[in-house]
This record gives sequence, C-alpha cells and structure tokens, in this order.
Amino acid sequence: MIHIRRIQEDGADVIALIGEIDASSSIELDLAIAKSVGEGFKKILVDCGALEYISSAGLGVFMSYIEEFKDRGIRMVLFGMSDKVWNTFSILGLDELLQIGKDKVEAKQMIA
Amino acid sequence: MKYVHKVGCSIENLKGVRDFIRVSLKNHGVADLEISEIVLALDEMCSNLMIHAHHCNPEDLFELHIDIDKNDPVVFEIVDDGTVFDINQFHAPALDNIVQEKRKGGLGIRLVKSIMDKIEYQNISGRNVCRLIKSVHFQ
Repeated sequence: MIHIRRIQEDGADVIALIGEIDASSSIELDLAIAKSVGEGFKKILVDCGALEYISSAGLGVFMSYIEEFKDRGIRMVLFGMSDKVWNTFSILGLDELLQIGKDKVEAKQMIA
Repeated sequence: MKYVHKVGCSIENLKGVRDFIRVSLKNHGVADLEISEIVLALDEMCSNLMIHAHHCNPEDLFELHIDIDKNDPVVFEIVDDGTVFDINQFHAPALDNIVQEKRKGGLGIRLVKSIMDKIEYQNISGRNVCRLIKSVHFQ
C-alpha cells in the first residue's frame, strides 16, 4: 500500500511517497507524476523519506519519464531514500540515470 | 528448515509474500540488505507469475518454498501449474533502450538475474518448479 501526498514549495511540486510501491500500487505513482506534469510543474521533487520498498514496477515508472522530462525541460530529483531503497536503484544502475539527492535541501539545490 | 507459503494469484497478495520471505529469512539471521534484495527478486518472479501465467486470477494458487540451512545457499522454489516463462531464455533489455522507448517493464529480469546466483526450471510430477538459489551471510 502506498500513500502519496503532494505539496507545493518554492515553485516545485513535492511528491511524498509513504509505504510500499509494487506491481499493485505503481499505477498510483504514475498517476501522481502525470498529474504534476499535467498541472505544468517544471520542477518535481520526490520525497522518498517514508518509502519503505519499491519493486521494479515502481522503478519502471521513474524510468518511463526520463525521456519525456528531457524533451519538456522538466527536472525531477528524488531524495531522502533509506539505504535499502537506494540499493534497489543502484543494483540496476538507476542512480546514474536519475537525479538523487541526500535530503530536501540538497534536492532543492540540485533542481534550482 | 523449510517454509511454505500458499498464495492466490492476485497482485494484492504480493505484500503478504514479501512479509513471508522477510520473516523466514530474519529467523535465520540473514543480513537485512540481503533480505531486501531477495525480497525484490522474488516479488518480481511472483508478480510475473501472477500477471502473465495466471492473469491475476485469485482462484489460481501457487506455492513459495524456502529451504534454509545454515552455511548452505538458500533455495527458493516457486511451484505452480501455469505456463512456464523461463527468464533464462530472455535477455534483459539494455537500460538505454528502456529509457528511449519509455518502457515501464523490462527491469525485472535484469534485477532477478543480478540478485540471484542461479535460476533453474524443472517439471516435477506435472507441476512447474522454478528454483532460485542464493548464497547469503548468516549473522
């Protein structure tokens, strides 16, 4: 089960992921990002501080936006990952393809 | 020691599968990071099975067996009666292709192959057995 909260800070859309993302819940992550894009945000911060687990279904959602974001000038930074969640991204080398900050302060600097 | 979990093919049951794996491995002092990697690989195998071989039909059941003996590699078996999808026959797509094609899938096979030491398939008494083997550190 995943709970997703969105708040807006300094012109960025902050999407907070709370719980676990797997094949049954990755659609909710997809919808949240799509909504943010649809509302015209150019800066998206994904707060992974309370993300306990992400499966390949969730990783795939992030991957699927990389090209579109490049084309549309949208920047996305993920931050606050636990070691376990970060490890999941790094097994596949996604830490090289996605922007990942340590905390919100660093994420905001990366997106500025 | 052997652990068995019987589960219906609804993706809503994946959370229960993950909890079963975590608790079983934790009982034997397997390190947390290794548990999380194994959970990731088996979540992938089980969700593939539920979605592709059983079309998420909750009436279809499969079994997940875990065989743990200290100092031996851990053996996981997924036993079912569906269509076999042998991931050894498929090459994981390159990450660049996944990004360019805006694909949401394709990462899973790469993940399972990077995490598990060995993946083999057998047909035993008419049932499909997918066996995944992984060496772990016992604390």
